[in-house]
Amino acid sequence: MIRQKTASHSLELTKRRWAYTFLVVPILFYVVIRFYPTFYAFFLSTTDWDIVSKNKDFIGLENYRNLFSDALFWKTLGNTGKYVAYGLPVSLFLGFVIAYNIDRIRLGEGFFKAVYFIPYITSMVAVAWVWRWLYQPAPIGVFNKILMELELPQQKFLFSQTQAIFSILATTIWADIGFQMIIFLAGIKGISTQYYEAAEIDGAGNWDQLRYVTLPLLKPTIVFLIVTGTIRYLRIFTQVLNMSYQGEGGPLNSTKPLVLYIYDTAFRSFDMGYASAMTVVLFLIILTITLIQLRVMKSEE
Amino acid sequence: MKNNRTAIHYVRPLVLTLFGMAMLFPFIWMFATSFKQGADVFNLSLMPKHPTVLNYAKLLRNSNFPWWFANSMIVGLAVTFSVLFFDSLVGFTLSKYRFPGKRLIFLLILSTMMIPTEMLVIPWYIMSNELGWVDTYWGVMFPGLMSGFGTFLMRQFFCQVPDDLLDAGRIDGLNEFYIWSRIAMPLVLPALSALAIFSFIGNWNAFMWPLIVSNKVTMYTLPVGLSFFNGEFQSQWEMVMTGASVATIPVFIMFIIFQKQIIQGIALTGVKG
Repeated sequence: MIRQKTASHSLELTKRRWAYTFLVVPILFYVVIRFYPTFYAFFLSTTDWDIVSKNKDFIGLENYRNLFSDALFWKTLGNTGKYVAYGLPVSLFLGFVIAYNIDRIRLGEGFFKAVYFIPYITSMVAVAWVWRWLYQPAPIGVFNKILMELELPQQKFLFSQTQAIFSILATTIWADIGFQMIIFLAGIKGISTQYYEAAEIDGAGNWDQLRYVTLPLLKPTIVFLIVTGTIRYLRIFTQVLNMSYQGEGGPLNSTKPLVLYIYDTAFRSFDMGYASAMTVVLFLIILTITLIQLRVMKSEE
Repeated sequence: MKNNRTAIHYVRPLVLTLFGMAMLFPFIWMFATSFKQGADVFNLSLMPKHPTVLNYAKLLRNSNFPWWFANSMIVGLAVTFSVLFFDSLVGFTLSKYRFPGKRLIFLLILSTMMIPTEMLVIPWYIMSNELGWVDTYWGVMFPGLMSGFGTFLMRQFFCQVPDDLLDAGRIDGLNEFYIWSRIAMPLVLPALSALAIFSFIGNWNAFMWPLIVSNKVTMYTLPVGLSFFNGEFQSQWEMVMTGASVATIPVFIMFIIFQKQIIQGIALTGVKG
């Protein structure tokens, strides 16, 4: 009896030793490549370091104070807000409508899923340039040529201060619909048919079923998509760099999102301290959203 | 009522097809233009009048596209192998062993998913600069060698593997590394293939970090090269479309082969929340 106990005890110890062995390299990785850089970004945000000078002078919260009075920071934050506020609801709505209808056809489900999903997994740089070309003025751009054929007025699209952000948003939504659609479709398929049968017995039509059965039961899916979508739209960068006039978020910063401003500050002006302060702001926004999600999910349970 | 219902059976597929064609329109236009030359490029017709592969030949001979393509392949494959190895090893350890600190380690790894890459690129760049990693494959790869997401995914799957199977291996005298690699790993193949596909496509399309860490033209990955190339060749839109086609074709092929795994994988991670 005692012998058996010590035997199993030593087996436990061996297993524990293996577990720690397996974790040595990964822990090292997470500490050096994830946690240390995070703290380092916080540290840099309190310096005025410009990568060239040797010493990193501590300037306290001055970068944050400067941010407060930096018109371009507020402008790019506002643009980022626009990307989230216009882009996410539209892509969620379209993603749902498509998923709902794909679920209700008899033939070709796999085919339609593929068609709507493929923009999501293709290279954003590649599709951004395809769209940039479509948006060009006539006789180059396809959209304007079609407008010309229909004898409608030409549009400036990416060259217009008012239209450019919506032109970029259209591309973003187009690429994003597929993701929303797949998740919605999985959610819809997860709803037991019993609910619909019960609703039908109660005389509920298609609309009522959608309103009182499908949508309420999809709430966890919707929460998930809103949170991940908000974070994705907050981090918009690649399409703006590749589509906007001269890649600078133009015309006149009308399309420049926060992350592009961070990139410019850090890697075109090499103002590492100031850029780090902006990344800390972005981090805090994302953290807040994630915490809200956890809160909502918890109250669901 | 009855008529209404039958009507909708035709309307739904019709609307889905029309809208789907609009979704595919940019791709169709891209491929069509990559086979056009001269005045044909500005023709509002999908079919090239004189189809030609000259644009592709030009891309192959007179640009750095072959380099960029190779770089993206090397980086994508290496990172994917690393992620498969480490994420599944850590996921396995966190689901199948009992040891002090397990919960804390799991939570810390999970929490890394909340850190935005934008915040890390500045310290990573400084690190790479000091250690001479700029313009090396290692420099492009090191941030992605492991992922909190993959670890979480693999742990979920290993939790479903019955302990009895592993204990059977232990009675046979296998060590823990063998038990993981020979017994547990084959049981989670669907999860591994989903993770591999995501990881490869994600790296293939990655833009911001490769842009920051590579200065030498021959070290660019495909998206970075494409971005600069397009800026330079803006007046030759048929070349831009050819470049874009080259960047999308591998993902298209992967999607056609692995469609089921990709869609199931996305749905799986999404619904979990």
